Amino acid sequence: MLALIAGRIGHTLLTLLAMSVVIFVGTNLLPGDVADALLGQAATPEATAALRTALHLNEPAVLRYLHWLIGLLSGDPGRSLVSHIPVAELIGSRLGNSLLLAGLTAAIAVPVSLLLGLSAAVWRGSAFDHLTTMGTIAAISVPDFLIATIAVIIFAVELQWLPALSTPKVATFAALIASFTLPVLTLSLAVIAQMTRMTRAALVGVLDSSYVEMARLKGLSPARIVFHHALPNAAGPIANAAALSLSSLLGGVIIVEVVFNYPGLAKLMVDAVSTRDMPLIQACAILFCAGYMVLVLLADICSILSNPRLRPA
Amino acid sequence: MSDTALRTARPRSTRTLPGWIGLAVVAFWLLVALFAPLITPHPPAAILRLGMLSPASAAAPFGTDFLGRDMLSRVIYGARYTVGLALLATVFASTIGSVLGILAAVSGGWTDAGLSRSADALISIPHLMFALVIVAALGSSLPVLVGLIAFSYVPGAFRIARSLAANVNAMDFIQVARARGEGTPYIVLHEILPNIMLPVLTDFGLRFVFAVLLLSSLSFLGLGIQPPNADWGALVRENIDGIYDAAPAVIAPAIAIATLTIAVNMMIDGLGGRRLRARLER
Repeated sequence: MLALIAGRIGHTLLTLLAMSVVIFVGTNLLPGDVADALLGQAATPEATAALRTALHLNEPAVLRYLHWLIGLLSGDPGRSLVSHIPVAELIGSRLGNSLLLAGLTAAIAVPVSLLLGLSAAVWRGSAFDHLTTMGTIAAISVPDFLIATIAVIIFAVELQWLPALSTPKVATFAALIASFTLPVLTLSLAVIAQMTRMTRAALVGVLDSSYVEMARLKGLSPARIVFHHALPNAAGPIANAAALSLSSLLGGVIIVEVVFNYPGLAKLMVDAVSTRDMPLIQACAILFCAGYMVLVLLADICSILSNPRLRPA
Repeated sequence: MSDTALRTARPRSTRTLPGWIGLAVVAFWLLVALFAPLITPHPPAAILRLGMLSPASAAAPFGTDFLGRDMLSRVIYGARYTVGLALLATVFASTIGSVLGILAAVSGGWTDAGLSRSADALISIPHLMFALVIVAALGSSLPVLVGLIAFSYVPGAFRIARSLAANVNAMDFIQVARARGEGTPYIVLHEILPNIMLPVLTDFGLRFVFAVLLLSSLSFLGLGIQPPNADWGALVRENIDGIYDAAPAVIAPAIAIATLTIAVNMMIDGLGGRRLRARLER
């Protein structure tokens, strides 16, 4: 089993390496004009040539990629082209904020969706189940910014309960509630929808198996069937589903941080895209990919750990 | 087998009323996108004398936008970008993905291994983040947008088509066809394709929804369709100041996106795709 987990970790690292190549190639699709772009009006041939040497732009792409990768691994992903501040510093000041937002969302979304998904599976075919299915499909099919916009119109404009912008204030509980309710609500909705669907599917799969039918025919109470017989076997797939759904946070967090003007990593990246600040974009992109891959890896490890056939004897 | 056995074995019709409603809404938006110039009450760039971000009125049923332009006309023209671009990108993604997927399933060996491993690596890249990287590098133009959305959904389409085709390829009737001496092109076109068409089309519908969401999210961030043109995501962004008066200019395009994406889902679920959807979602 340890070998299996080690294999998954190796696979994750390889995928991350492939992603870093894609990101590097993607950001270098327009070669060489970074120096021109930086200097703008001051782009004399001498100045451009000097800057190109300073930025290692004259080296072949493979060498530049290796430089970048080594810098990244040693914690120095270069300097921002716009603010000339080290990228690591820029990211360091924002990363905590994004993690706080994501953590709060997970803390709300996971229990709610487990509850919804499990109840929908247990009462399959009931009105509650149909309502959950319809609600989750609707939540998945509308864009995150629509949910955010509607939430702002209702809670910030019409009811005036909460501010329309969000700052990472955690000094008092009231400040925490005021600044985080709307962004966390928006983010949770998308995650809950996905996680509820996957949780329901995982438990329904187990409830359909013949050993559960046997337990039912034996006359066991529904509660005992679900908690004693079905859940232990569904735990792995459900943990897997939870980790995978959390990865949909990544898309949502980009929109939510922009809508609520929240000073997080995603806002930093979107701003970097409008100023074409490549070193900053590359570093943010690889961080996002790493976050995503860690969640996928967690999902895989959950499935491996919960499979008794893989446990050492 | 007796006649009754045959009749009871026939599956219950899965075509439901919500399915037809979904189909009608999707058809409505397709027609609106197609005939936009004929049905707009005002040119989309014309400024009405109603003020900025005005509420709904007889002259402008959806109010006016942040420059005083008719919102109804802007939403109608926005349909061209949202529906048209997303459709084009999905057609590219599904076609390329399906062709490569069937190729991988039929040929096996190194072709299959190479294509599948590449798809595995590419499928893990978060789409919106990938889009941000590409827009930063190449700027935002219509070909770039279509290309990057199509590229984002090729690996997913490939995976589905490959697994569907591989299942069919292992069937006895394929063996029979091969034994009969049919060539690979005949087997792909006449034996495999008809058997995987319905799930591939269902997958196309789901991917179209993702494409609409990705495009409007990009435009909402100001990195998609550029002014003076606007898709529905860009319309929400331009008029976001109207949020403080709950102006129809910010609500109307948002509702338009929701009706389209929910209608596609209703269509898929209500016209026989529900079981297929369960198979397609991991």
